[in-house]
Amino acid sequence: MIRQLLQSVREYKRDALISPLLVAIETFIETMIPFLMAGMIDKGIVPGNMGYIERLGVVMLIGAFISLAAGAGASWFSSAASAGFAKNLRQDLYYHIQNFAFEDIDHFSPSSIVTRLTTDVMNIQQAFQMSVRMAVRSPLMLIFSIAMAFSVDAEMATVFIVTVPVMAIALSIIIAIGRPMFKKVYQRYDGLNQVVRENLRGIRVVKTYNRSDTENDKEKVASSRIFEIFSKGERILQLNSPIMQFVMYGTLLFLAWFGARRIVGGTMQAGQLVSLLAYAMSVLMSLNMLSNVFNQLTISMASAKRIVEVLTYESTLKSPTKPIMAVPNGDIEFNQVKFAYEDDHKERLSDINLHIKSGETVGIIGETGSGKSTLVQLIPRLYDVNGGVVSVGGNDVRQYDIRTLRDNVSMVLQQNVLFSGTIAENLRWGNADATDAELVHAAKLAQADTFVQSLPDGYDTYIEQGGSNVSGGQKQRLTIARTLLKNPKILILDDSTSAVDTHTDRLIQEAFNAELPTMTKLLIAQRI
Amino acid sequence: MQRARVAGRGKIEGSAWKILWRLLRYIFQESHFALFVAFFSIIISSAAAVIGTMFIQQLIDDYITPLTKAANPNFAPLLNMIILMGAVYLLGVLGTLLYTQVMIMTGQRLQKRVRDDMFTHMQKLPLRYFDSNDYGDIMSRFTNDADTLRQMIEQSLPMLVNSVFNVAFTLTAMIILSPLLTVISLVVFALSIFVVRSLTAKSSKYFRLQQKATGNINGYIEEMLNGQKVVKVFSHEEQAKAGFDKRNDALREDASRANGLSTMLFPIMGNVGNILYVLIAVVGGYIAVNHPALLTLGAIAAFLQLSRSFSQPIAAITMQLNVIIMGLAGAQRIFQLFDEPVEQDSGTVSLVSVAVAEDGTLTETANRTDHWGWKRVDEHGNVTLTRVRGHIQFKDVNFSYDGKNQILHHITIEANPGEKMALVGETGAGKTTITNMLNRFYDISSGQITYDGIDINQIQKASLRLSMGMVLQDTNLFTASVRDNIRYGRLNATDAEVEEAAKLANADGFIRNLPNGYDTVIDGSGSDLSQGQRQLLSIARAAVADPPVMIMDEATSSIDTRTEKMVQTGMDNLMKNRTTFVIAHRLSTIHNSDDIMVLEDGKIIEEGDHDQLIAKQGKYYELYTGKAELG
Repeated sequence: MIRQLLQSVREYKRDALISPLLVAIETFIETMIPFLMAGMIDKGIVPGNMGYIERLGVVMLIGAFISLAAGAGASWFSSAASAGFAKNLRQDLYYHIQNFAFEDIDHFSPSSIVTRLTTDVMNIQQAFQMSVRMAVRSPLMLIFSIAMAFSVDAEMATVFIVTVPVMAIALSIIIAIGRPMFKKVYQRYDGLNQVVRENLRGIRVVKTYNRSDTENDKEKVASSRIFEIFSKGERILQLNSPIMQFVMYGTLLFLAWFGARRIVGGTMQAGQLVSLLAYAMSVLMSLNMLSNVFNQLTISMASAKRIVEVLTYESTLKSPTKPIMAVPNGDIEFNQVKFAYEDDHKERLSDINLHIKSGETVGIIGETGSGKSTLVQLIPRLYDVNGGVVSVGGNDVRQYDIRTLRDNVSMVLQQNVLFSGTIAENLRWGNADATDAELVHAAKLAQADTFVQSLPDGYDTYIEQGGSNVSGGQKQRLTIARTLLKNPKILILDDSTSAVDTHTDRLIQEAFNAELPTMTKLLIAQRI
Repeated sequence: MQRARVAGRGKIEGSAWKILWRLLRYIFQESHFALFVAFFSIIISSAAAVIGTMFIQQLIDDYITPLTKAANPNFAPLLNMIILMGAVYLLGVLGTLLYTQVMIMTGQRLQKRVRDDMFTHMQKLPLRYFDSNDYGDIMSRFTNDADTLRQMIEQSLPMLVNSVFNVAFTLTAMIILSPLLTVISLVVFALSIFVVRSLTAKSSKYFRLQQKATGNINGYIEEMLNGQKVVKVFSHEEQAKAGFDKRNDALREDASRANGLSTMLFPIMGNVGNILYVLIAVVGGYIAVNHPALLTLGAIAAFLQLSRSFSQPIAAITMQLNVIIMGLAGAQRIFQLFDEPVEQDSGTVSLVSVAVAEDGTLTETANRTDHWGWKRVDEHGNVTLTRVRGHIQFKDVNFSYDGKNQILHHITIEANPGEKMALVGETGAGKTTITNMLNRFYDISSGQITYDGIDINQIQKASLRLSMGMVLQDTNLFTASVRDNIRYGRLNATDAEVEEAAKLANADGFIRNLPNGYDTVIDGSGSDLSQGQRQLLSIARAAVADPPVMIMDEATSSIDTRTEKMVQTGMDNLMKNRTTFVIAHRLSTIHNSDDIMVLEDGKIIEEGDHDQLIAKQGKYYELYTGKAELG
């Protein structure tokens, strides 16, 4: 999983590697300072050797400045690396999604893909930055400090052989108990969100039936459920700080008592004791930091999993190896076609046989859920059949280059959208090179020209996100015009004029019959 | 996290203290004892830490040095000292244990209370609030804002108090040990704080840019992915990628700078600590060598340790301030919700179930009957009951949402008991607005609306709304069983009554075909039911409430002919013997209305029954013959 993610580091590898290197330099110098300090006290201050103090002081100051530069550099490079990594990760995800078939989009649902691209990538970015800095720093600090402590006084340093494992065990017990609780917290948050969301959306219902008490009760249950487990989890996790303090103070007292005895006994010097105390602090600090890093990283694992799930998801739609690059005509044939949606046991289409000749206009009617949309979606290969063959122009649709097929089999979807941009820009989705005259012609066929011309900015009118500034019927006519600009061999309208009045609807049909005689036209209608 | 932080920085300034003060008062109301305990535990914990450091000086100067000079070292006083220190430390550990646990409970309780209070308050807000605020924005107060607030209470606030005391104690200890070294330390810190401040200023500029870039790319992703199927149908993948790349790279650049500058803070503060450490050793060494009376070895050792525990809290304070600002921004948004004025209700007339005696006199009943009555209590406590008939009148009603653009002009309507009144017109003509006036989701600007002759302002809102069922186009269901969704109309309805209502609404058939029948749990977003089925359930919900007046929004265009017929039959059943207002989307269903109002731009332009309006050859005729479009 991690390896899959790391493939997105690419050109930021250099920054990602420089950063831990600088961290190592910084950490090394930082752990050297207390060691040198012991020397300064024992060989400089105690005997009163001013020259030694000055020389060592200069060396240590230079060290501190190098360490500062290295630390700042590490921050800079790690941020560059992680921001770049996140950029690549988003790109990889987004590009991968562009290859998804309809079925794959349904499988994940757009809103879930959006979360993965935004929140989850953000989490990973933070985790990555931490990995190249803190995750390097804390274990190094731990190792260096223990090593230095041993070199100062090996016998005294044995205290760490006891304290480090004790702390490590205590921390891992805390995490082991706490983490499952936090998982539950997230689930219970979903419950709260649901109550609030449904309340907001249904506020008219709540007010009409005077149900604010019922709603308040629901919310209290949801928030209590969070409180219950969240507070427990946090309390357990927070035991960490008193335990850590306890161990630290214990170590200090141990060092003070035995250190004093050894100094009096002449086997140790005061400066060494001071540096040992400093190492004790940094050993325990780095252990604590390590547990934080570990905790953070495991939290981000959930995000990593969700991202990798998309990245490794293989599109169900495969392009043929030697695709046909042209659609000869608008013939459509269904031969013993079977189809069922994924995660759905019900067969939506069974043994469909159908032949439509190029240029024909065919209406399809039936109840909701009878399979009308499903049927036509098989023609431009928005979904693949489970059995039988769908052919266009005499060839199995699976033999065409997908792009060629979709350019020639054009469908106006039931749930259609316009994108933010001008009307002209939206129409040019159909054909980027269309001239203004062609735009107007298509709009005229779709009976959209009149209302577009009546808008203050005409074809340059800006469409808001989701097309909220045009009416339902106008939106439908624009999406039809957009599709006509592709000049397809087969045109499919999936209940695309439901919001258009009957009179205009009739005009559209008439225009199609008069102007597009060779185009095969499939029309789905909810009502007759 | 990132987003909230930046938003917080921009939003609150100046009023931060006010919000903090209000927040503290809010917490104090419930947890004053806990706060006192936490406060004193923090002081104990931080005092123990500083006393512990001072101990190093005593250890070296008062015990070790004399002991090394003694011929027969006596370790007993040292042991006593160690035991004493052990006790002090233990006290400190207990202090830490106590304040961390207490603050977690305080934060968690606060979070729960904030959520409950917000929700309860929200239920009392007028509809205007819900219509003019983004749902996502309201929801984020329940999650993000409540969360950052909790984090602030649990972590930042105690850490800040702890750090402040640490600095104060440490500073005192440092001055006692050596005033000169203290001055040096302060100068170095003043310099480093200057560096930190300029860094923070710069990084917050980039955080704002990052925030903007994030919003930009998220908006793009949201729009494109929701239209992903269209992208595919038009083979528009390459263009979609190009637009994405542009925004993606912009975000990378800003994120890289913002994080780079802000994370630099830690190594800078840490290494300033190191520099100070060395400076103290050099200067301290110089003094100790040349003027041994001024500074002892133990004092230097203790001072060195203190300088470390001095730099840490200062770095912590800088960091915590950001988190606190962020938490306060969340608190501000939460308080904003608390400050929203609640819906006013000065009505006194209430709706009650009544029993009708043979001579026509009414008596109030606790149990439900088939009859409703208006209950009026005058100042002497005399109760008058009158029958609810469903006679509704609009008298010259004007309305404007914002006081500027008038939405309804001089609306005068009369619906007699049991009549079916249809409202016809394009989107935005004011059909829904009229129904919003009726149940007082919004209040009229001028004119009068009466219900059985009573001004609706005199009727308690809850009673008014209970007396009017509603079936809306976007039918809102709740995550619960089908049965509970229907029962939402009347909580004490029996199972039999629920099923009866479902039959009336024509919903019984499809419900029985669901996997668990009436006990099937449906998802509130209703992805598992069709639009028509959802509408049938909302009709059943209204049927179980059985109100004297109904407001109905007709079936949407997205259901098929057969289901539409079922919905229509359900609605017709529900309309029987009730005054009904129907918002019509298709004219085929309103032939049999007693009265049809044709609305345009908030004015009634035609009125009459179907035949009269057709004969008139006006707007209705145009709509009916398909020459005009209905919204």
